[in-house]
Amino acid sequence: MSPGSKTIEVEELRLAYAGREVLHGISFDIHRNEIFGIIGPAQSGKSSLLSCFNRTIDFNTDAAVSGTIRLDGEDIRRVRDVYGLRRKIGMVAPLPVGLPLSIYDNVAFAPRSSGLKSKAALDAIVERCLRQAALWDEVKDRLKHLGTALSGGQQQRLTIARALSHEPEILCLDEFSIAIDPVTTMRIEDVLKELRQHITIVLVTNLVQQARRLTDRTMFLWEGNIVELDTTEVIFSETPAERRTYEYVRGIFG
Amino acid sequence: MSLDPAAARFTRTANVARKERAESLARAIFMLMSVAMIIPLVAIVTYLLVRAAPSLSWEFLVDVPRKGMREGGIWPAFVGTLNLVGLSLAVSAPIGVLAAIYLHEYAKDNWFNRVINLAVINLAGVPSIVHALFGLGAFVYAAKFGYSVLAASLTLAIMTLPVIIASTREALASVPMAFRAACWNVGASRWQTIRGVVLPNSISGILTGVILQVSRAAGETAPIMFTGAVFYKAVKRGDLFPFGLNDQCMALSMHLYTVSTQVPNVRESIPYATAIVLLGSVLMVNATAIALRVWLRHRKRW
Repeated sequence: MSPGSKTIEVEELRLAYAGREVLHGISFDIHRNEIFGIIGPAQSGKSSLLSCFNRTIDFNTDAAVSGTIRLDGEDIRRVRDVYGLRRKIGMVAPLPVGLPLSIYDNVAFAPRSSGLKSKAALDAIVERCLRQAALWDEVKDRLKHLGTALSGGQQQRLTIARALSHEPEILCLDEFSIAIDPVTTMRIEDVLKELRQHITIVLVTNLVQQARRLTDRTMFLWEGNIVELDTTEVIFSETPAERRTYEYVRGIFG
Repeated sequence: MSLDPAAARFTRTANVARKERAESLARAIFMLMSVAMIIPLVAIVTYLLVRAAPSLSWEFLVDVPRKGMREGGIWPAFVGTLNLVGLSLAVSAPIGVLAAIYLHEYAKDNWFNRVINLAVINLAGVPSIVHALFGLGAFVYAAKFGYSVLAASLTLAIMTLPVIIASTREALASVPMAFRAACWNVGASRWQTIRGVVLPNSISGILTGVILQVSRAAGETAPIMFTGAVFYKAVKRGDLFPFGLNDQCMALSMHLYTVSTQVPNVRESIPYATAIVLLGSVLMVNATAIALRVWLRHRKRW
């Protein structure tokens, strides 16, 4: 599978909550090893879209999904191992969610859930993920401490470490910097630039400048429709295809 | 001392004085009410202890009633209550907790489950005498258990079940949804999520709910009176399991009723001592529950 080939293909995706449609039949592709940005105001369906990728939308009994999402050519509606699908996609939520477990157990939770028991293997995963999330040096002496006792920025990095613990091929970050300070945000952005060597990253963000700094391509989603999808260069240029894109990324748009 | 212009901005105006008066009034009222709540409690316990004092002794607990319950101890009633409550919780706690886990963690929000929830809430409010009548019809007659420990325990179990379900659901609901979503996102199943994160964080609440039902089951008279508790049954002193499942038994609440109203010329302190034993056992159970909760919560923080 070469970099640049399609990893996620979305076709005519429609999502409705209790009859109220929030995604109106959108189609796009995400390429391997790119950082794919999704920008758009609140309520434009960004987070819902992510929960369609790993089918956690299934837990919402009000939601009705139609259309197709293919991961490496395989229709995710048809996968036999939904847990395996979720492990292929790492998810980072807007607010950091340290599970009420020790730091070690937070990261080891996913490997354990998939049946890994070897202490040595778990140790290695925990260290690798915490290093990747730039948290190892701060917590290596207190892995048995409660993860929820960390500061907000540390918890968010813990969340990223947890999302990496099941070796995902795609990492989805949903407004990860909403609750953390600019310095930590910069550190995590560096982490992401490092990670993109190995995996595909989907970055949902309210901060258009963050999308501009990090992403290769950017999709502007508005009220459940794709306004424009192009290389980040074009989206943030003086001449994107849509006037609304131009206005939104410059903050003129209401 | 010169008046600093910055400080002058924060002088005590009439408005501030009014605010402070209202504040101290509110505080006084709330404090008065909590004192008013404690006084009767302390008064009851003190009164009972004073009246019970002549009879209270280890002998009173482990001895059998003598001379037509006018003297001696209350051992049969004490173990009877232990057996009834233990058996009823052995039935209702697992069923209640597991059912609540299903209802809260697995069940979809459809009309069927809404009806179940409504039923649970309403059952929790049914008077115990109605449960007693149901137990009489269902367990004593229909299931042919007769007047027995089994029928009485099952009746108590039916009575405590809806409350255990309701309190367990509350405890589960106190675990934030975000924890579950985080687990699902990393490919954990619902059961792995429940076992790994939800139960460890709600177990103290669940236990509290169950333990509170111990006191309720121990104190209820009507359900066991209809289904298996009797005034008197001869047992050996100190025997821990004197009653078979199909035997009738004595119980503290029933015994209290008996010695207070049914037997003439009982030593005055005996009913009070019985009440103290009932109260004491319930308090012991509650204290155990609190200790367990403190321990669980301490463990949770590593």
